[in-house]
Parts: sequence; structure tokens; C-alpha cells
Amino acid sequence: MGKLFAVVLTIITVVSTAIFVLRVWWLPADISAHGPQIDHQLMETMVSSGVLFVLSQLALALFVWKYADRRDGRKVREFPGGATPMVAAAVVLVGAEILALTLVGSKVWAGIYQTPPDPNSLQIDVQAEQFAFYFRYPGPDGRFGAIHPELMNEATENFFGLDPARDTTARDDIVVPTLAIPVGRPILLTLRAKDVNHAFYVPELRIQQDFVPGLVIPLHFTATQPGKYEIVCTQLCGLGHYNMRAYVEVMPQPQFDQWLKDKAAQQ
Amino acid sequence: MRTHSVSVLVTALVTGALARPAMVVPAAPAGAAGTISGKVTYTGTPPKMKPIDMAKEPNCVTQHAAAPVLTENVVTGPGNTLRWVVVYVSAGDQGSAPATETVRLDQKGCQYIPHVLVVQPNQPLDIYNNDPHSHNIHPLARVNPEWNRSQPAGAPPIHTKWELPEFIPVKCNVHPWMHGWHMVLTTSHYAVTGEDGAFTLSGLPPGKYTVTAWQEQFGTQSQDVTITGGETKTANFVFKATPY
Amino acid sequence: MPDIAAPAAVHRHAPPQGLLRRHVFSLDHKVIGKQYLDLALVAVCTGMVLSWLMRLHLGFPTVPIPGLDKLSPNGAAGGVITPEYYLSLMTMHGTIMVFFVLTTAPFAGFGNYFLPIQVGAEDMAFPRINMTSFWVTLVAFLVLIASFFIHDGPALSGWTAYAPLSAVGKDAGPGQGLGQTLWAISIALFCVAQLLGSLNFITTTLDLRTRGMSLARMPFSTWAWFITAVIGLIAFAVLMPACILLLLDRVAGTSFFIPAGLVISDRLQPHSGGSPLLWQHLFWFFGHPEVYIAILPGFGIISHILPVFTRKPLLGPRVMIGCLIAIAFLSYTVWGHHMFLSGMNPFSATLFSVPTLIITIPATIVTLLWIGTIYGARLRFTTPALFCLGFVSVFVSGGISGFFLAQPSIDTYLHGTYFVVGHFHFVMGVAAMFGIFAGTYFWFPKMFGRMMNETLGKWHFWLTFIGVYCVFMPMHYLGLAGNVRRYSAFTDDYMKPLIPLHRFITIAALFTGAAQLIFLYNLIRSRLRGPKAPDNPWEATTLEWSTASPPPFDNFGGRPPTVSHGPNEYGVPGAAGDYVMQASR
Repeated sequence: MGKLFAVVLTIITVVSTAIFVLRVWWLPADISAHGPQIDHQLMETMVSSGVLFVLSQLALALFVWKYADRRDGRKVREFPGGATPMVAAAVVLVGAEILALTLVGSKVWAGIYQTPPDPNSLQIDVQAEQFAFYFRYPGPDGRFGAIHPELMNEATENFFGLDPARDTTARDDIVVPTLAIPVGRPILLTLRAKDVNHAFYVPELRIQQDFVPGLVIPLHFTATQPGKYEIVCTQLCGLGHYNMRAYVEVMPQPQFDQWLKDKAAQQ
Repeated sequence: MRTHSVSVLVTALVTGALARPAMVVPAAPAGAAGTISGKVTYTGTPPKMKPIDMAKEPNCVTQHAAAPVLTENVVTGPGNTLRWVVVYVSAGDQGSAPATETVRLDQKGCQYIPHVLVVQPNQPLDIYNNDPHSHNIHPLARVNPEWNRSQPAGAPPIHTKWELPEFIPVKCNVHPWMHGWHMVLTTSHYAVTGEDGAFTLSGLPPGKYTVTAWQEQFGTQSQDVTITGGETKTANFVFKATPY
Repeated sequence: MPDIAAPAAVHRHAPPQGLLRRHVFSLDHKVIGKQYLDLALVAVCTGMVLSWLMRLHLGFPTVPIPGLDKLSPNGAAGGVITPEYYLSLMTMHGTIMVFFVLTTAPFAGFGNYFLPIQVGAEDMAFPRINMTSFWVTLVAFLVLIASFFIHDGPALSGWTAYAPLSAVGKDAGPGQGLGQTLWAISIALFCVAQLLGSLNFITTTLDLRTRGMSLARMPFSTWAWFITAVIGLIAFAVLMPACILLLLDRVAGTSFFIPAGLVISDRLQPHSGGSPLLWQHLFWFFGHPEVYIAILPGFGIISHILPVFTRKPLLGPRVMIGCLIAIAFLSYTVWGHHMFLSGMNPFSATLFSVPTLIITIPATIVTLLWIGTIYGARLRFTTPALFCLGFVSVFVSGGISGFFLAQPSIDTYLHGTYFVVGHFHFVMGVAAMFGIFAGTYFWFPKMFGRMMNETLGKWHFWLTFIGVYCVFMPMHYLGLAGNVRRYSAFTDDYMKPLIPLHRFITIAALFTGAAQLIFLYNLIRSRLRGPKAPDNPWEATTLEWSTASPPPFDNFGGRPPTVSHGPNEYGVPGAAGDYVMQASR
């Protein structure tokens, strides 16, 4: 029975580790300026925890194999050094790894979430609602019209509750369900929730942020590769949560300018 | 004329004899039925109908690749006509038989077809999902009980009915741009205008009627029309449109 | 360590008479413990069926499930689960499993039965409060289950019930009307029951230990129950008012959690001034200690059982106790790691990640202590032993994935994905369950006076051990690929290619679920026809093995034991049978 346990555990350990190592299922390619740091942090953690995983499972397997009661009157033996080596290993090895990961990781995190956005950022409003994302560009006047929740009307596509009749800054706002952005340009999103909690997640951009009703949350990043990527909601928001998506289209600046002009004409 | 009156009388007697006690159909009074017809138009500048970008449901984007869909809150036609206006007898109706044929609503290409439908109280309404993905129809009723129901792809139609008169806006919980209306009218004398803005209310016995036109953005307008015999009376409606 | 004087006189209750008093409204902690275990058994069967329905839907969304449309004509017309019904099933699965299984069985169930016996007491300190806490728990369960049978169905906001989705009422979606209200009432009641239970556990441990039972000589399971009770006292004392505030927002028009200007179902909501983040803070301040409430008794049970089947003392007993206390203390400082991306000040994320990572140190130590205990052992491969060994393995697996999630920068990618689902299922759904299984197989002879069948037990272990790895390890791969959680279907361009892996998980889950029928069958068969159990079939040292199987109503037949040894006396050279019982000369 002990040998069976050891063999089964070893197979489980080897197979599951191999699937990680071989990257059978893995992150999509990163297209974000801050992405490489996150990927590096992830790899560092993957390696150190992978080693810890393999060593502990194999140690368990080995000991179970070796120390079955063979009814030979053998005496039990305490682990050499008692509990001290266990405490030492945990504090020193795990502790050192934790220290390293925290020091580096907190810088990576601060770089994304605790630094001010680039002053040259393209500013885009994002509203999350049950169950879609809508994006708003400020238009030629460079200003966003005020949001009036009582004027929000999905049937007329007035998702942001704008009042163009009385508010001239709202008249040229461009509201679309697709986030088009120029490649290589810093982007500053302002996240607002219309009804309940939502979240903004683009795996390729290595970025994620909750929308919170009542809060206005900034999120900034720079996309480094053109292409079309999905934005999905990751905060349970109701029955349509699984179908709450939009697309971010990263394109060269001239193409983006044309896109914006086309969308403005359709408003 | 006299033959016509006799046949009407006979018809009325037979109908009256065959009518079940629960469904009292008042016998049609002697005399021909009149008609009220007209056109619904607007003055001023209506809001632009915007193309609906269904990007979050790629399947529906594909379905409309050839001809993009526009919003339907103010749909106009040539000659400043208004579509989707419900014109109906709001007062003076001398008795409408309950309608029994089933009205059908389709969810196709992430749209409600038709955009505005009319039913009478307890008239059967079947709601179909013809798209290869889920919809969740949510009639925002305030007088009738409010409900919503998911229909995954391939789900059977919803068999339902409305019991009380109400103008019910309908939305899809999953697709924010999907909007429509269920108009629950007690009268069987109604019409929904097409692109030509025209309507005809026929089979009206002589009497004083109030005809109301409802447009979802511009509200309602009413006119009084009197029918004396089998004539056709004209009643046109003109709504004031503003761009916002 | 000085001998402790005999405890003050307990409420000595005479043996109960009559069927109702002996088996239903009993003051006896042993009956109450079994009632809790029975409740947890019903709950785990319900929760598991819910998980099968969820997995069937995820793997095979268009295949109708026969009979489901009878339970919910709205939620599963034609047997096909709607998106909202999926979320309701998911909410109920999580709520039932976390509260009515993982908090109930290892803590209220086994703890109630064995803590008084292991400290040498006749009963808990407050038997009437003890009985009340069970019945309140049962009422809470029934209130929760009732939401399956109402028109709009159960709540769909997850076991975490984030506001405003959970707070605004039925505008927010199906199940968010009466279903969510019933949820909040049920959980508030559950909190009350747990607070009463904690009072009993703590008082009994501190005041009712028998002569010679110093704190240092208490078994590891007793320590774990005691520490869990302390955690629970503080944690449930926060969740209960949070649920009450939620109820007030829902029915009394208050706005604790709802800000102004929300438009839901085309209606401007009549609330203002509240904060959704407040709910998250209150919930997770409870929620993180709660997961330690779920696992700490398992730590105690494994530490209690492993020496019996290795025939040697647990390595580092004082270090073990110290780590349990450290984990309990640290568990209060980490709640924000559930909220890194929640919109709270990002600097807080770094602050919370530090204790979250630090907590891996005592967790690593206890794991190494277990593995070190196996070194040099003479392992007896009984079913409880196998579940102990399996516990160590799955706890390692679950703990390792925590390493990733503890770092905010990595959580940016992994939050809200199946990586998290894999992580918490390994530590809670598997490790804690293995603790419950180990405890069941170990203590069944004592509780029912009959042995469970070893062959069936081993089959149960092997199929479950392999099965859970097949179910939950792939979830980490899904998470790395960005597969979002709490989705009722995968229709996204980038998630659709992952559906074959979901199908694999579904099939593995159904097989593993079926394997649990072996356990159920074993329980029932052994209860009725199992061979009679001796007082101490496992040759263990602690006080429960010094009395009959099952124990008499006052546990020790009117003669409270005197303790002269610690619980760890295994592999003692020269002792008759290599061990020394706690209550011996």
C-alpha cells in the first residue's frame, strides 16, 4: 500500500509538473509595456514554487515508501535535528524567497497601480453595466460631457446619460462599444460602474481592475502590439456575466485617427 | 341596402345565438361600419438614428454584416412619416371581441421583431429565440407582473400573455441595445404604422371615438372622431420632433 | 507543569429518558456532535449534486438534464440550465459547502463530540446552549434550502454576495429578491449558532479539563478546535452584523452598501451614501479567518491521527501548537488579499500581501513537521492513515498556488480566473474534506461501536485521491490561460478552445463524485452491520480511547480520568505495545 501511494503520488507530481513546464496551457503573448515585469515575476514564482512542490511531494512519496511497518521490530527514529531543521528551512528558504518576491513584486505593482499616468495619455471613459462595456472618447473639444444617470437610455444608445440638448461639451462625445487605441500611446482609462461591480480584464495586456459603483477608478497602460483582443468581465455581475465582453483594437495612430473620425460621424 | 341590413341582422341573430354566455358579443347595430384612416408625420428635425454596434455579440455582427441595424426609437419614412406609431381607439369603443390568435415575437440578429407589438389582454404571445446564443427577455412592466426569462440557444418558445392594459417597454438583459414595446390594448381597433406612416381603423360602428397615436419618444396625441354611417374619416397626426 | 485540580462541578444531568430527549432534543454533546455530522452529510450531498449540475452544464451546455425542469421550470426549462440558474446553483454550492460542511463537520461535528472527551469532561460547559446552537444551525440550513423552492429561485451573487448586486433587491436579477433575503437571514442565523458554539468550546477547554490535563497535554485536535473557536468568535461576530446591514439595505431602505446614482433595470435606485467596498471589507474580514476555521481542525485531526499510524510522536509538538496560534493570529491581517483589484487604495495591496506571504512560513513548517513525522516511522496503512497522507499531499498542492495569488502583481493576471478556483478547492474542497474523511474513519469505531470496512475505505481513498487531482489540478492550467471563473458558459473567442479541458474535468468530477457513494455505503453498512469495535482499536493514547466504544452518556462512567502523560507518547521504548495512554499510571 505504501509503495502504491509513493508511485501514484510520483506519477501525479511528474505529470502535473510536466504540463506546467511544457506550457501546454499558458498565458497568451504579452502586448503590454508593463507586461514583461509581470511575466518575469510569474516565472520566478513558478520556478521556486515548482521546486518546493516537487521536493515536498517526492519527499512524502519517498518517506511513505521507505518507512512502512515491515513488522521487523525496527525502532522508530526521530527526524535528525528534530523540528529545528524544519523551522530553519521554512524561515530561511521560504522567508528569503518571500522577501525577494515582495521587494521586486511591490515595485512591479506600484509601477502599474501607484504611478501617475503619462501626461500625454489618451483619455477614454469606460462604463461597465449589466452586461456590456461602453467607451467614450472626448471628441474634438477634448472635454467629456457630464453624466446624468436619470438620462441613461439604452434604446437610444445614450449609455452615458449625456444631455446634448443642454450640455455642449456632450455633443461631440463619441460613444462606442469597442475600445480602439493607438499602439504605443499611453492610455488612461477612467472606470465607472452604472449598476453593480464589474471588472475589466485583458489577459494580453496583463491588466485587470474592478469597477465599483460610486467610485471613479483610473487605469493606465500602453499597448505594444497591434491586434484585436478581448476584454472580459471578471467580477460577478448577474446573469449575463459570462457574455459581458468587448474588444480592444490596437492599431497604428493614423488608422486610429481615421477610426475615430468614422465613429464621430455616426454619433 | 335592405338586403345588406337583413343579412347583417341575420348574422347578428345567429352570432348572438351561438355566443357563449361568458363572451357576450354585443350585436352589431344596424348600419354599416365606418373607417378612420390617416397618416402620422412629424415636423422639425428628428434625432438621427444611430447604427447599433453589436460588437459584444460577434454572431450578430455577422448577421448584419450586409446592412447595419439602426436604433428604432424614431424611425422615419419618405415624406416625414413616422413608423412604429400605434394608433388606436382609446375611448368610445363599443366592444371588441377578445383576440385569440397568437402573436409572435422573434429575437433574431439581436433585435426584437417586431419592434412594437400589440396584444389584447390574455391574447397568447409566443416569444422565440432564433439566435444561436442566449437571450433574456425582460419586460419592464409596472402594472402587470414584471418578469424576465432566459432562452438559451434552441430553447422552446415562451408562451405567455399580458392580463392588464399597459404600455410595456421590453429590454434584453444580455444585449443592452435590444429594445421593444409590448402594447396591451383593450380595443381591437388599432394599427401600427409602417414606413408610409399610414394607418386604417376599420369596422367601427357609428359613434363618437377618441383616437390616440402613441410614439415611444414623442408621447401621445389624441383626436375625437365621430362616425355616423359607413364613411371613412381622416385623422392625421403630426408630432413635433427635436434632434435631442 | 503542575497538576490541575479537579474541575468545578458540571451541570450533572441525569441520563435522558425517551426517544425525543435521547436522540432529538438532546443535551448530550455526543448526540449534538452526531446531529451536526448528519447535517453536514446531507449538506455535502446537496453541495456535491449542485457541483455535478454545474460541471455538466459547463462541459455539455446543450444536453438536457432529466428531471431538472421539475425542480425549476424557470431555471431549467427543458432540462437546460439558464445562465441565471447556473449562478444560483453556484451560489448555493459555495454557501452550503463553506458554511454547512466545512465549518460544521470538522469543527461543530467532531469538535462537539470529542473535545469534552479529550479534555476528560462529562459534557460541554453549557449543554443547553450547545443544543440551541445545533437547532439554530438546522433552521439556518432549512431557510437557505427554502430558496430553491421559491418562484425566482436562489440568490445568484455567489457565496461572497458582493453589494450592490446583493443589496439592491430584485432589480439586480433573478434570485436577487426573496432568494437573496433568505440567504442573508440564513447566514445571520448561522453566525449566531457559531458564536454560541465558540462560547462552549472555549469555556470547556479552559475550565473543564480533568485532573492532570494541562494545556500542554491537550491533544492537537483539541488545540485546533480551541483555536478555531477563538477565531470564529471574532470572525462570525463581524459577519453577523454585515448580514444584518445587508438585510436593512434590502428591506428597510438603508444605504450601507449602495451609493447614489445607480441605474439598474432602467430604474434609478433610491439609495445614496453607501460603499460597496464596505461590504467587501466586512465580508473578507470574516471570510479569510473563515477559511482557516475550515482547515485548522483538519490540521488538528491530521496531527492527532498521524502519530497513531506512524507509531511515533508528532515531530515538534510545541512548534505545531505555536504555528497553529501564529496562523490564527495572522489570519486576521490578510483579508485584503481578496481585494487587491477591488478599487481600494493600491498601496493597501502591498501591505496585505506581506502577512499573506508570511503566513506561508508557519504553513510550511507544519507541512514539514508532518512529513518529518513520517521519516523513520512504522507506517500502518489503514484508511484514516491514507487520508492523512493524502491530506499532506493535497495541502501542499493547494498551498503552493496560494504563493502566486499572494502577490498583487501576479494576481493582476490570475484574479478571477480558474487558478483561484483550483487553489481554494484544493485547500478547502479537498484538504479539509480529507481531514473530515480521516476523522470519520478514525473515530467511527468510537462513535458507533463498530468498525468501518477497510477494503471499501481503501477503494474510496484511491478513487478520491486520484480523482481530485484530475478535477482540480487542470483548473490551474485553465487559469494560466486566462479562463475566467463564475462563467455559466464559455463563448469567448479565447475561452472556447479550453472547453475540451472542461469536459475532462467534468468527467473526472462525476467519477470522483460517484466514488463517494462507496463512502456513503460504507457508513450505512458499518453502522448497521459493522464488526464490533473494541475500546482502542487503533492503539491510540488520547482520552477518547480510554473509554468504551461508544462512550457512556457521561463519557467516563462517573469516573473522570486522571491524566499523567501528553498525547504524543508513541514509539516509547519499553512500553507495553510501544505507546503510553494519557490516562495511565
